[in-house]
Amino acid sequence: MTAISCRERPAPAGPAAASLAFAWRSLLKIKHVPEQLGDVIGIPVLFTLLFTYLFGGALAGSTHGYLQFLLPGTLALAVVFVTVYSGVTLNADLTTGAFDRFRSMPVWRPAPILGALIGDIGRYLLAGGLVVGLGLAMGYRPAGGPAGMLAAIAIVVLFASALSWAWITLGLVLRSPNAVMSIGFVILFPVTFMSNIFVNPATMPGWLRGISDVNPVSHLVTATRALMAGTATTPQVLWAVAAAAALIAVFAPLTALLYQRK
Amino acid sequence: MITAPSIIGDLAVETDGLVKTFGAARAVDGVNLTIPRGSLYGVLGPNGAGKTTTIRILATLLRPDGGTARVLGHDVVREAAAVRKLVSLTGQFASVDTDLTAEENLLLLARLLGHSRRRARRRAGELLAAFDLTGAARDQAARMSGGMRRKLDLAASIIVTPDLLFLDEPTTGLDPRSRSALWEIVRGIVADGTTVLLTTQYLDEADKLADRIAVIDHGRVIAAGTRGELKNSVGSAGIRIRLLDPAHRDRARDLIADHQIVVHDEPDPAVISARIPAQQRAETAGELAAHALGRLTGAGIGVSDFTLGQPSLDEVFLALTGRQATAAQPEQAQSAPAETKTIR
Repeated sequence: MTAISCRERPAPAGPAAASLAFAWRSLLKIKHVPEQLGDVIGIPVLFTLLFTYLFGGALAGSTHGYLQFLLPGTLALAVVFVTVYSGVTLNADLTTGAFDRFRSMPVWRPAPILGALIGDIGRYLLAGGLVVGLGLAMGYRPAGGPAGMLAAIAIVVLFASALSWAWITLGLVLRSPNAVMSIGFVILFPVTFMSNIFVNPATMPGWLRGISDVNPVSHLVTATRALMAGTATTPQVLWAVAAAAALIAVFAPLTALLYQRK
Repeated sequence: MITAPSIIGDLAVETDGLVKTFGAARAVDGVNLTIPRGSLYGVLGPNGAGKTTTIRILATLLRPDGGTARVLGHDVVREAAAVRKLVSLTGQFASVDTDLTAEENLLLLARLLGHSRRRARRRAGELLAAFDLTGAARDQAARMSGGMRRKLDLAASIIVTPDLLFLDEPTTGLDPRSRSALWEIVRGIVADGTTVLLTTQYLDEADKLADRIAVIDHGRVIAAGTRGELKNSVGSAGIRIRLLDPAHRDRARDLIADHQIVVHDEPDPAVISARIPAQQRAETAGELAAHALGRLTGAGIGVSDFTLGQPSLDEVFLALTGRQATAAQPEQAQSAPAETKTIR
């Protein structure tokens, strides 16, 4: 056998370089298994078309009119649904033993998680871009113009990245990727539907309106709508940012704790 | 129990009363190991004996619940970061990323270990060539055979040559050819100066590869030493005789057996083996051989083949644990409680 030893011991990659290496890993996975983009493409397209044409006539009298109201909500809804996969992929790495190797290496410990999250942000941008692009093709004309649309996508992606931590926590606790996916969706359905995405909460019974009003998703959608319409106020944006910050404040430390214990 | 002779120089692994529990099960129940640098050390034991749990503690993946462990002079809990810089782990299940190609797997790890992009590419190429994987460099790991994936896993473990390499059941589930190929690689790694700690449930693997062996059962080390020491501990060397005519076996057995010699029929109908079960010095085997051949020649029974040797590790294991070694299924998840062992 030829010489296989390498006594050279370079300084291991720092936190940023290690995280980027893991982000590169996520991109390679997409390159080799493009099917995993199925949800990132399918969910935005399906939600945008389905809800606009299904509810438009009944809820707003016309699909065109409803689209102007619904699209910012669809944007939030589609991107938020795609976040569950952060927990699913993490859990797959844990169950296949890939993380055992990473964790026995002299690598900054959060790097695999942060790197995967960077890769996920790419997925969120793709999902968000699809919703907005499809909406524009269907006749959506936001008053806020391109700047408003970009700002809306940015705040949705920020919120989605924050919410990812919740699924990462779940991915560390549950036993299989499938369990993460099913529990994630069971949580997401009520949380997203009991909000102002589809209808004005004023039409809801009092108890439901109460839930909708404190729902972080409602805060996100309010800010997204306002940014798209070019009427955003600082408190509207701050509420959405605060909801994202709260998610990170709860789930990032919880993830760190569980990850150390694994 | 046999203790290792005094060790010169520093140790690769030193554990004292290591304990790890999963619920009520004590997966590791007071493991004491002393592993010198530069050796290939085998940890032998049946499924669920605590081998994987021990390795995971030593590789800083699990915190022990009791006892201490030092790896290359560093405490695995307090100085975990220092340990990680010096060791490498090849887990029980190939831990390569099956979505990535062979080359990308190595590149990712080389970059994490701090190699420049160019150096990483060169190192990946070197290792793929050395492990005979160049042709599969651009194949997704998912499409590689189990043996190739195992080789890739090993290559990934020595991107930067570790001082200590943990190999957790490296050949479980491999065909005989892949096994011997892997053994060759492991010998090469040891020859390069890396200490290897290998767990196995295959006695022949420990016998062929390891300089020293610890036998572990129910989370405890029940014997440790060189192969020779372990084998001597269960009795003297024995002899195996192949007769020209299988019909003479019964007579041959009666001729050789006496009050202190035990004679067995082997599965082969022309073969018998004889052993003196009590603790004996090596030269007794010669006397036994002379006695047996003398009796057979005197009675005119022809012998076609004759071997004199130490007992097999199978016999060692049987003597130590009171049951046959099991060597069929891969070890269950590392959290499997020790009592799930089956007696075969």
